[in-house]
Amino acid sequence: MEHILSVRDLSFSYGPTEALNNVSFDIEPGDYVGLAGPNGAGKTTLIKLILGLLRKRGGTIKLFGQDSGGFSDWRRVGFVPQRAAVLNPLFPATVQEVVGLGLLSQKRFPRKIGPADERKIEQALSAMDISYLKDKIAGELSGGQQQRVFLARAMVSSPELLILDEPGTALDPQSSENFFELVKKLNQEKGITVIMITHDLGQIGKYAGKLLYLDRGVVFYGGFKDFCQSEEMTRYFGPFSQHLICHQH
Amino acid sequence: MSIIEFLQYSFIQKAFLAGAFISVLCSTLGIFLVLRKMSLIGDGLSHVSFGAIALGLFLGVYPIYVAVPVVVAGSIAILKITEKAKVYGDAAIGIVSAAGIAGGVILASLARGFNVDLFSYLFGNILSISDIEVILSIALSAAVFLTVYFFYYDFFSAAFDEEYAKTTGIKTSAVNALLSILTAITVVLSIRIVGIMLVSALLILPAASALQLAKGFKAAIAIGAVVALLSLLLGIVISLLLNLPTGATIVIVNVMFFLISLFYKKMV
Repeated sequence: MEHILSVRDLSFSYGPTEALNNVSFDIEPGDYVGLAGPNGAGKTTLIKLILGLLRKRGGTIKLFGQDSGGFSDWRRVGFVPQRAAVLNPLFPATVQEVVGLGLLSQKRFPRKIGPADERKIEQALSAMDISYLKDKIAGELSGGQQQRVFLARAMVSSPELLILDEPGTALDPQSSENFFELVKKLNQEKGITVIMITHDLGQIGKYAGKLLYLDRGVVFYGGFKDFCQSEEMTRYFGPFSQHLICHQH
Repeated sequence: MSIIEFLQYSFIQKAFLAGAFISVLCSTLGIFLVLRKMSLIGDGLSHVSFGAIALGLFLGVYPIYVAVPVVVAGSIAILKITEKAKVYGDAAIGIVSAAGIAGGVILASLARGFNVDLFSYLFGNILSISDIEVILSIALSAAVFLTVYFFYYDFFSAAFDEEYAKTTGIKTSAVNALLSILTAITVVLSIRIVGIMLVSALLILPAASALQLAKGFKAAIAIGAVVALLSLLLGIVISLLLNLPTGATIVIVNVMFFLISLFYKKMV
């Protein structure tokens, strides 16, 4: 079976500061991978390299079997960035307009949103239960609503791989829980492969099927059963953190 | 003399015609620039145009012909300095803008003959706009409008979230360069209306007013265009009635619209 994502010997540095060292892993169709690690472990760098936002210097990244350098079929990849980092509250874009931006990956010059696209936008809004917010200004919504808008934007092009960068940041516990349930549903019912960066080890244990723990290199990659039974991981994380990840799984 | 009588003069008709195109052009680009926190690029490029116009007068070439390529080059220089020299955008604008002003002052000092002409470009005079300038304004405005129309979603996406735009395959560096070049052309066209000193007002004020009121991105562009047009029409009429400088009056009407939009937003 073709890997959705295959990373081999990936290294990256910001000047003299090493961010990733010899990272290798494969992600299969339908996987739900929680990507965790301490601050500065290279999680966001890894995501930016996969998305082509940074240019890799060593190693290979293959998306759907194709080298990331020449990959252009971006409609197959949905991305939900950190909400707080991107949303300008003064930007007057409506929810419908923001979600429509997710369709641009399918378009060639001149990119235009037509009536057929508007139906896709309606469907994405409906799938996220936010149809009633269609004409509202995205910057004026609550954190949980904004996160659903960004998920709708990522989902509107019907991607096969969904990448989320700390989607629970700045959400209240209930909104966060609802959001993670929604992502889990997309993974289980539609078979969408998910990679989610999070600092919340408990959430990873509860929702993800696999853990990718980075600390510049890969500390652990695999299923939770292996993780929870690994004495090496108990020594690395300590029994408390390991239990936190494992007890909800 | 009544407004109807004024409107029968061809110089007034030309002022309305060229002014309408350019003011709507400014407001449209202004929305993208203000939202991308690039408002001051208009100010910086207007300073470059001072140097360019001085160069045109010095060489005895029609200044607008010199200003278009020089100011476009200035806009690319701002982008390149920001990207390659690891200088923040505002500092890059400051560097290029200072070079433009300094170059203009030196040329004016060397020539000693065209200071009066240069002064007319500093404050503009829409009522003395020539036939060729009207044609140039309409033609270049149409070219810029068409570019904005074809790249609307690229500009919109890059303005909303540049990083996300890249993940959808949009070449944001090219989009930024295109926006800067369009701004450069627009700045040069606007000089005849309000002058070098007030060009950035035409880019910033209608957009800032629209952003107070708009409930959607397309709505913001539409409101900005209406504010820009009304400010131009009222500015010309008031300046004629009260015998005031036209460019400055257009800007003051724009400021009044901005204050009204602020007040309206507070009330609603």
